[in-house]
Amino acid sequence: MTQAHTTAVQRVVADAHRREWAFVLAATVRVARDLDLAEECVQDAYLVALDAWAREGVPRNPGAWLTTAAKRKALDALRREQLFRSKLPLLVEPDVTEVDDLSDDAVQDDRLRLIFTCCHPALAREAQIALTLRLVCGVSTGDIARAFLVSEATMAARMTRAKKKISAARIAYRVPTASELPDRLEAVLNVIHLLYTTGHTAPSGDRLVRVDLVERALDLTRMLRALMPDEPEVRGLLALLLVTDARRSTRTDADGRLVLLEEQNRSAWDRAAIEEGHLLVVEALRSGRPGRFTLQAAIAALHATAPSYAETDWPQVLTLYDELLRVWPSPVVALNRAVALAMVRGPAVALGEIEELERDGRLAGYRYLPATKADLLRRLGRHHEAARAYRAALDLTDNGAERTFLEDRLAEADAG
Amino acid sequence: MPQYAILIYERETPNGVADLPPEVLEAHMRVPERVEELGGKILNAHATQPTSTATTIRGDVITDGPFIESKEAMAGFFVVEARDLDHAVAIGRLVPIVSGGVEVRPLLAG
Repeated sequence: MTQAHTTAVQRVVADAHRREWAFVLAATVRVARDLDLAEECVQDAYLVALDAWAREGVPRNPGAWLTTAAKRKALDALRREQLFRSKLPLLVEPDVTEVDDLSDDAVQDDRLRLIFTCCHPALAREAQIALTLRLVCGVSTGDIARAFLVSEATMAARMTRAKKKISAARIAYRVPTASELPDRLEAVLNVIHLLYTTGHTAPSGDRLVRVDLVERALDLTRMLRALMPDEPEVRGLLALLLVTDARRSTRTDADGRLVLLEEQNRSAWDRAAIEEGHLLVVEALRSGRPGRFTLQAAIAALHATAPSYAETDWPQVLTLYDELLRVWPSPVVALNRAVALAMVRGPAVALGEIEELERDGRLAGYRYLPATKADLLRRLGRHHEAARAYRAALDLTDNGAERTFLEDRLAEADAG
Repeated sequence: MPQYAILIYERETPNGVADLPPEVLEAHMRVPERVEELGGKILNAHATQPTSTATTIRGDVITDGPFIESKEAMAGFFVVEARDLDHAVAIGRLVPIVSGGVEVRPLLAG
């Protein structure tokens, strides 16, 4: 066998890992009725594939081949351990009659069961994220640990604890019923969005963006969109990620320094992604009262399609923020709304809103609050106060690119 | 079917149950019937006397009062059979709470 041949097979297997992992694992869980066992069997199946495909050629449907192999391993393991396993609580699955009851649900893909189980609200948010990356995306525990800046042992313990809870508390391996769906879907969308924002501005380190996390979040949203094509908020989230991510290459300069929206090179934005996102927003807006992600996407799309920062339709941005604040009353939204308010009614009015948010206290420790305040003060020519706010923002910022930006602005304010 | 303990935590008031608003008391009375409607089964249920009547043992030392001092104290519990955690949580939501909350805890399979 030639080296080139082996490399080609490795590439096909790696590709199948990225594309088919969730499908293969989700189907195997049905047989194994245990997440750990299923994971082991799927891992094994990919290993066997490396060898088998090199010898016998790549099967026409790699996903189906891998699923069959992994399921067979699970069945063998179950037979071997039958006595032992009968004493362990198995993953709860709706029995046959209930499956019939559920069949009117549009969605019965096993991958959805897997996603909804990983993002069950009875699990801690950080465990939801870790399980989703490991079980749905197939990312290794070590890579997840590195992405979230904890040791591999800590991450492994976090996942073991969550899997134990799924088994001991009997979190069912199923798609939520129609009445549960809105809350449960929101939990899934929140997990994906958090994954994206963690990658979009890495909590620390020198690089602003962690491309791996950003792309996993996009893959997950596309998968969810394919599985739940009629959910407007899934469309909204996909639009939001596409339009935001279209600006990725322009958010830092060649030296990795932060470039603000105002100064980004708009001609370098990914027009195809913006267009796709824009169409999704239009569709999502058409299907009734828009939710949180649709509104955020609509705002992002207005920015992405504006010829320049100054020529952005700020009154419309402000209107959308008002609506967003209504469906999602979060102080972070109020802070972002203040930025739009500054563009429509001037920095002095916006500063009043910022001071109110400071008194409110919920954003204490949130670095973008003093950073926004500093910028408004700077524009009002109040350099001394601006410098103080920049210092407060620096105290809260660990990302290298963001720190450099704030330090430069602080130096200007001190000089001013 | 798996079993869960539903632990009820409430802010303690001087006269205990007698201080509960009548509509809350009535809602408590209706819980068993509503659990049944949901397809769950209560195996046993108990309300406890106030924590001022509790006695705590730590090692050799016996003290007056509950094991954990907090504003909200365990006021009662019941054990249910439920299909899965979602079902048990739906049952837990039926418990009327004035100021406190409910903990759903799976029991070790016997």
